[in-house]
Amino acid sequence: MATAAVDPAARQAALFEFLARIGDNALILGHRVSEWCGHAPALEEDIALANTALDLIGQTQLWLGLAGEVEDKGRSADDLAYLRDGYEFRNILLVERPNGDFGKTLMRQFLFDAWHYLLLKALKGSSDRRIADIAEKAFKEVSYHLDRSRDLVIRLGDGTAESHSRMQASLDELWAFTGEMFMSDALDAELAEAGIIPAPQSLKPGWDEIVAEALTEGTLKKPADGYMHRGGRRGVHTEHLGFILAEMQFLQRAYPGATW
Amino acid sequence: MYAQMVKTDAARVKSLDEMEPQERTFQERVDQGQKIEPKEWMPEGYRKTLIRQISQHAHSEIVGQLPEGNWITRAPTLERKAILLAKVQDEAGHGLYLYCAAETLGVSRDEMYEQLHSGKAKYSSIFNYPTLTWADIGAIGWLVDGAAIMNQVPLQRCSYGPYARAMVRICKEESFHQRQGYDILMKMVKGTPAQKAMVQDALNRWWWPSLMMFGPSDDASVHSAQSMAWKIKQNSNDELRQKFVDQTVPQAEYLGLTVPDPDLKWNEEKGGYDFGEPDWEEFFNVIAGNGPCNAERLDARRKAWDDGAWFRDGLTAHAEKAAGRRAAAKIAAE
Repeated sequence: MATAAVDPAARQAALFEFLARIGDNALILGHRVSEWCGHAPALEEDIALANTALDLIGQTQLWLGLAGEVEDKGRSADDLAYLRDGYEFRNILLVERPNGDFGKTLMRQFLFDAWHYLLLKALKGSSDRRIADIAEKAFKEVSYHLDRSRDLVIRLGDGTAESHSRMQASLDELWAFTGEMFMSDALDAELAEAGIIPAPQSLKPGWDEIVAEALTEGTLKKPADGYMHRGGRRGVHTEHLGFILAEMQFLQRAYPGATW
Repeated sequence: MYAQMVKTDAARVKSLDEMEPQERTFQERVDQGQKIEPKEWMPEGYRKTLIRQISQHAHSEIVGQLPEGNWITRAPTLERKAILLAKVQDEAGHGLYLYCAAETLGVSRDEMYEQLHSGKAKYSSIFNYPTLTWADIGAIGWLVDGAAIMNQVPLQRCSYGPYARAMVRICKEESFHQRQGYDILMKMVKGTPAQKAMVQDALNRWWWPSLMMFGPSDDASVHSAQSMAWKIKQNSNDELRQKFVDQTVPQAEYLGLTVPDPDLKWNEEKGGYDFGEPDWEEFFNVIAGNGPCNAERLDARRKAWDDGAWFRDGLTAHAEKAAGRRAAAKIAAE
């Protein structure tokens, strides 16, 4: 019961940080997925990927919109998306990984979806009504994302020798970027304590279960848990993010103050 | 017009008296405005012409994803990005309905892809032009989708049922596309001088290629006459082009833009605009593969297909394994 002791400015800053984290994950992954547009291996996949990207961009508008509201400095979702530099972005490193082949894109999506699904499911019960409302909407979309990415990971894992080895290689490469999803800092602890968000590590058993089931069914081998990359959540990114932003923010940066 | 210069194999259009009874019955049904459905008898030329036209139309939709997709990652706001994504997704959906409509005529989607990738099948000339600025995304919606609607509205009354029905759905979405394009430009012309200049530049580059979308004059074309007799085509290319110019020029004026045609003039007598002749040499060059982006567009489609082979094979292999396991389980249970 953290009530009287809460410093409103600190709570506001923590909330903003959390909203930037979840919003930036959706934004950057939505951007990556949208890079496939017109280049997918089947027409149905082009449609499904555009749909996924569209959901993620829609969620970005809601999360970053609320972030701007919480911050109360007059910044809109667009201002946050288009006018921050890399060190101010809070997405996990996994979502900025380059697309690679279609298998890697799907594996990244699956590892993320399994976590995103559990996170949103927990956020539906957030003590902050605004967060619970967004989570309610996003959860429906992400349940579908997870169904789809899990299904494809299983089929391709248990497909041909080539599809199997591609999926295994993607899994091996991306595994070291999954640990960041469950890392926690003082801000997480504070918000979890207030019942606003779930403690990040509390999502791990559920994620392990979803992932293990799919990998077994897809005849894929779970990599050993070694070193896990980290940094995105506090603004320390890989070199990839700078190029994503250079592309994404081009018009807003080249024509300051113009409306579109 | 997403299908240009579709051949019919006809040397000339036959009269009813020259037809065998079966063909005559078919033609009379078409003349009465009845729809022809997949399992019904149809002349081989009708079937082949439809396959050419519908597949060309489908190819245009999927190649058409590329010039617009080029700006999804650079869309200037989250809302614009979402709208553009939804639009390009619609185009892929249109491709899907159209491939399905063509499949009812006895050709597979893989065969149609093969024809596209080998260069045998064409797609609309317009998608071989580059999208150089954000204003091009507006111009494509306004002009290219506008021209497509001109052609597709009458196609809703096409004699072939599956094509006509696909077109009903497509037309609804295309009018949303056109509005979003015009809306992008409206916003920009009310913006900074640089934004206005960008819009004028886009119109300068897209105007003539848009007029070329209708194809050269086909008043003397036996293929067009045959397509019209079959009610696959309802209007001549020149008629549609005139209609497009008459509709579009006032919209350009409303945006405060100058249409890049010194011969453009209102003709009171005909109640329409007089306008200059597009550069047909350029058009034939683009059709022949010499447009600014022909090589990139086709390479992108081929690459998507070739790189995706392992993915499609993987899914097929899994489906076979799963079917085998179900069969084995059934035997074990018996």
